Amino acid sequence: MNNLQGLADYAIRAWFSVPDPARWPYTWLVYLGFILLAGLIAVGFAAGFAGPMSFIERRIAGRMMSRIGPNRVGPQGIFQFIADGIKSLLKEDIVPAEADRPLFLLAPYLVFTGMFGTFVALPFAAHVIAADLDVGILWLLAIPSLVVVGLLMAGWGSNSKWAVFGGVRSAAQLVSYEIPSAFALLSVVLFAGTLSTQGIIAAQGPWPWEWFIFRNPLLFVTFFIFFISALAEGNRAPFDLPEAESELVSGYNVEYSGMRFVFFFFAEWANLWVMSALATTAFLGGWQVPGMPAVEIAAMTGWRFVGWEALSFLIFALKTSVLVFVVVQLRWTLPRLRVDQLMTTCWKYLVPLSLITLTGNLVLLALVPERGVVDWMMRGLMVLIAAALALRYLQRVRANYLADRENYRKMEGKELWYPPYRLP
Amino acid sequence: MVSAVPTPVKGDRSSTQGAPLRAWLQDITRASTSIFEGLAVTMSWMFRRPATIQYPDRIDKPVQEMLPDGYRGILEVDLLRCSGCMLCQRACPIDCLDIVVVKDPQTKGRFIERFDIDIGKCMYCGICSEACNFDALQHTTEFEGSATSLDDLLLHFATRPVPVSKHKAGQGPARRPQGSILREVIKPLYTRDKRTGVDHLAPAEAPPAPAKGDEE
Repeated sequence: MNNLQGLADYAIRAWFSVPDPARWPYTWLVYLGFILLAGLIAVGFAAGFAGPMSFIERRIAGRMMSRIGPNRVGPQGIFQFIADGIKSLLKEDIVPAEADRPLFLLAPYLVFTGMFGTFVALPFAAHVIAADLDVGILWLLAIPSLVVVGLLMAGWGSNSKWAVFGGVRSAAQLVSYEIPSAFALLSVVLFAGTLSTQGIIAAQGPWPWEWFIFRNPLLFVTFFIFFISALAEGNRAPFDLPEAESELVSGYNVEYSGMRFVFFFFAEWANLWVMSALATTAFLGGWQVPGMPAVEIAAMTGWRFVGWEALSFLIFALKTSVLVFVVVQLRWTLPRLRVDQLMTTCWKYLVPLSLITLTGNLVLLALVPERGVVDWMMRGLMVLIAAALALRYLQRVRANYLADRENYRKMEGKELWYPPYRLP
Repeated sequence: MVSAVPTPVKGDRSSTQGAPLRAWLQDITRASTSIFEGLAVTMSWMFRRPATIQYPDRIDKPVQEMLPDGYRGILEVDLLRCSGCMLCQRACPIDCLDIVVVKDPQTKGRFIERFDIDIGKCMYCGICSEACNFDALQHTTEFEGSATSLDDLLLHFATRPVPVSKHKAGQGPARRPQGSILREVIKPLYTRDKRTGVDHLAPAEAPPAPAKGDEE
């Protein structure tokens, strides 16, 4: 029962008392039903993530700008995204008179499909995945390219200079950054020895020193190469040139209104999960539960199975959320890059770096036996370095806070301390 | 990036020119350290008090009370102190004051029949309140003037004819707290529920404070 087909076969055997689903004439109907069901669940998950995320991001952005953010619709404003959605739904769906109508109408769905297609091969928990493809990583690298087509179509179809600029920029950006991101994932694939996403997670372990990110110094660098490329591929700040407000108004989506406009943003926020989940899968050990191998979970039945699966999903979601937070924080930390800087970052820094790390990883793979003395030393060293970096980060955050605390108290007569869990 | 004219900037890589690999590595180091520091700065703001004042409802005290004394908000006039001299009307550069003073032919007493202030026209320059010698016309700290109709912006202070005050400058009935008269007169949306229902033209009862020449 490791994938959707297994689940469907199990259901056919159990519900219809058919001993051999492969020879039953209605098997395809049940398969189709399960595919639709899985699609619905995945869309539901994407929507359930993208909607609240749009609210959470605005709240985080608010705090980082010394504001509050939306807090009026419902308790603490948690229904803001529903209000926004309803508003957009009720708006007129305008197609510009000079637009290329079919392209203009089709583009948002292509963008959405390109983003949503990745959910096929993305794991959620130990045994929850739509299809554990043998070519999972290839699929995850290939299907987002559909987004480029969609963005180009949106840009071209709008028949507006800004939209065309946005579309062309996004095409250039996505095509460029696919190279370092593919090289980065290739290193992981080499170490895991498989292209399947579940296989890559199974090749790691639950503890940090068993993750690929801390396996050796080069993979540590590779993680950041992948993370930066994923940011750029997702059109996230500081690489959000396709929708640079200050120059292109809003880029490729400038002529869109109503629900079609929402589709672009839906894809953008759902993409936050996609790229963070991919990074978690490839580098951060995925859903691995400490002290409970996936094989033992598979052998369980009933509620124990569900419980352990839920725990593994929680671990996966936690790691992904941390990455999502960093992505959001980066957006409100770094200014947008120029076009030439964007291309320089990719071709002069990330591509050579990813080639170096890929070669180095090959050498390490050949020379250092897994779980040998050198391997363990490297892992231990990397975990220590990461811990030191994290400590240094906390220390810098504290120093930045303390630098203004006294002045604030003098000027405002109030304490500066206002932690994120205290919601204004 | 090759610029046509090399501009020597402090912290630029001009010192490492001729060593491309070193410059390349320096760029990477600088980028990583500056992003690290930048993240530490934005993270520290997650623990700081937001500067937002949640006007109008979630604040400790009304904004009107936080404003300084010299604030020039919507005008109000205390007609119990007004001598009907019309200095303010003459001082107003844009004629937003409309004052009519009539004389009763039998008693020879003068009455303020109309004292209208068009706050839609008023530009809050404060010249009228400076011209007033009797502390009758002055600015309040009220500023919430949005209304559903343009007519609501024309404030009628003299709801009935009031005899002019005959006290000298610096005497006469005590000036009521600023804003208390305006809130009874103003129609716009937000101040409506602050009304107390007190007739602002009736002299205060508890301290009678009848100036000598007061009629009625």
